[in-house]
Amino acid sequence: MIGRLLLALAAAFALAFLLSPTSFAVLFQPLTRNGAPAIYTQASLLRLTLFHLGIVALAVLISTAVALALALFVTRPVGREFLPLARTITTIGQTFPPVAVLALAVPVMGFGTGPTLVALILYGLLPVFENALAALTGQPAKVAEAARGMGLTPAQRLWQVDLPLALPLLLAGMRLTAVISLGTATIGSTVAAKTLGEVIIAGLLSSNTAYVVQGGMIVGIIAVLIHAGFQHLERRAARATGQTD
Amino acid sequence: MIELRNLTRHYGEVTAVNDVSLTVQTGQIAVLVGTSGSGKTTLLRLINRLVQPSSGQVLIDGADTASLPVHHLRRRIGYAIQGDGLFPHRTVARNIATVPRLLGWPKSRIDARIDELLALFQLEPAAFRDRMPHQLSGGQAQRVGVARALAAKPDLLLMDEPFGALDSVIRAKAQSDLRDIQRQLGTTIILVTHDIQEAVQLGDRIAVMDRGRVLQYDSPAQILTQPATPFVRDLIGPTERAFRLLSLTGIGPITMPGEAHGTPIARDATLRDALAECLWSGRDALPVQGGGIVTLDALRANAAQDRQ
Repeated sequence: MIGRLLLALAAAFALAFLLSPTSFAVLFQPLTRNGAPAIYTQASLLRLTLFHLGIVALAVLISTAVALALALFVTRPVGREFLPLARTITTIGQTFPPVAVLALAVPVMGFGTGPTLVALILYGLLPVFENALAALTGQPAKVAEAARGMGLTPAQRLWQVDLPLALPLLLAGMRLTAVISLGTATIGSTVAAKTLGEVIIAGLLSSNTAYVVQGGMIVGIIAVLIHAGFQHLERRAARATGQTD
Repeated sequence: MIELRNLTRHYGEVTAVNDVSLTVQTGQIAVLVGTSGSGKTTLLRLINRLVQPSSGQVLIDGADTASLPVHHLRRRIGYAIQGDGLFPHRTVARNIATVPRLLGWPKSRIDARIDELLALFQLEPAAFRDRMPHQLSGGQAQRVGVARALAAKPDLLLMDEPFGALDSVIRAKAQSDLRDIQRQLGTTIILVTHDIQEAVQLGDRIAVMDRGRVLQYDSPAQILTQPATPFVRDLIGPTERAFRLLSLTGIGPITMPGEAHGTPIARDATLRDALAECLWSGRDALPVQGGGIVTLDALRANAAQDRQ
């Protein structure tokens, strides 16, 4: 109950701040020096936030689609021997620094949103892949046996049994990917992607701590809200699939 | 009629099922009994091709099932397993509807069938239709599992240790309910168990298996009185044999006219029940509900007859 109240307060605060940043100038004034502006006004914070969320949402959707397809492939009889390869690819995606991905992608794709998207997608594969794999391989043997014994075809087993039962864990994987991507997306602004990173970078360049804090704060609050939102969905999915904890 | 012809299944060097042939008449219950590793479960799974036979045939009403696509075959054969295997994300009704939906039955027919089966298994349809499996007790889940297996009126019902996860009180009830429902529906059943008592109670025919072979396929009385091999005799348990045999027969044939004192015994009681009652209450004769008596002497004479 208290958790929910805090979340609601945080959401209200973030929304108010985004709609009218200058009203909160007094809050950030102590963080500035030499009379520098307290609030970033070169671009609308609301617009930056929306762009930021758009890039993250797109990246999470694509990571999820790719990782889930990969997990499905390596859990079918034909793809079983590709499991180590798939693991390696997703692990490299996670360990290869996103900054390096940006550096490599810019010469090919140019400045802007593209390289950021690629970096986020690669970075977000691993949590979804590992969770999907755990969900698809960890299902009760009796249920799979019954499904087979009753004459469900492999496709019917996938759509009617495997995927619905995998949903809670899959959502948990998406939650991790979304939270990681929210933070990581900020570095996209180093290659001119429109994200909240712009505010942070502007703060770093002009030694204005107020900018850094407001950029980081918005990202942080949104990350907490998205985390809570996914957890809510996971609990609902777990209840609907009879996997209550 | 179900015919298994020379069914064999190898796993590398191991022969799990070795040249098994047997016939189950329509409307009968055949029980496959044996120790673990005897091949009874593999034999069952060869019938619906959850395991592919290395050689041999399965015929249903004379037609070789190898010619059918495997998922079509399985939709014609009910399958109930230990611990029910219900889909945890679907209601009781949706679970029962699984095969009828696969077969494309119209919704009204499916709904009617669900209610009919729930009532048959003594689960109030209005109360149970929309429950999730995790809201059921072990006994209820097991009944829903069997109801689901029977939903599309299969030619044959395969049951793999269906009562294995139930405690002994509920198990006895589940066994007698299954017997009643099977009589009512006339379903042909092949059931796997390691419990010889369950085999004797439920089976019209019992196949005793050891190391992939069927050692004896006979009626329960024949298995008990004329075990074909020492293994069969050991499996029955020589000290238990007399009681198992008594539990096969009702008191009807040895009921005679006369008078006796004390609490009467039910008309459909078995000889074993009568013996137990005699010993427990210290009586030589028991009145039978609705007239007549059963005596200890008659019980003894009957047992002597069976021995020959």
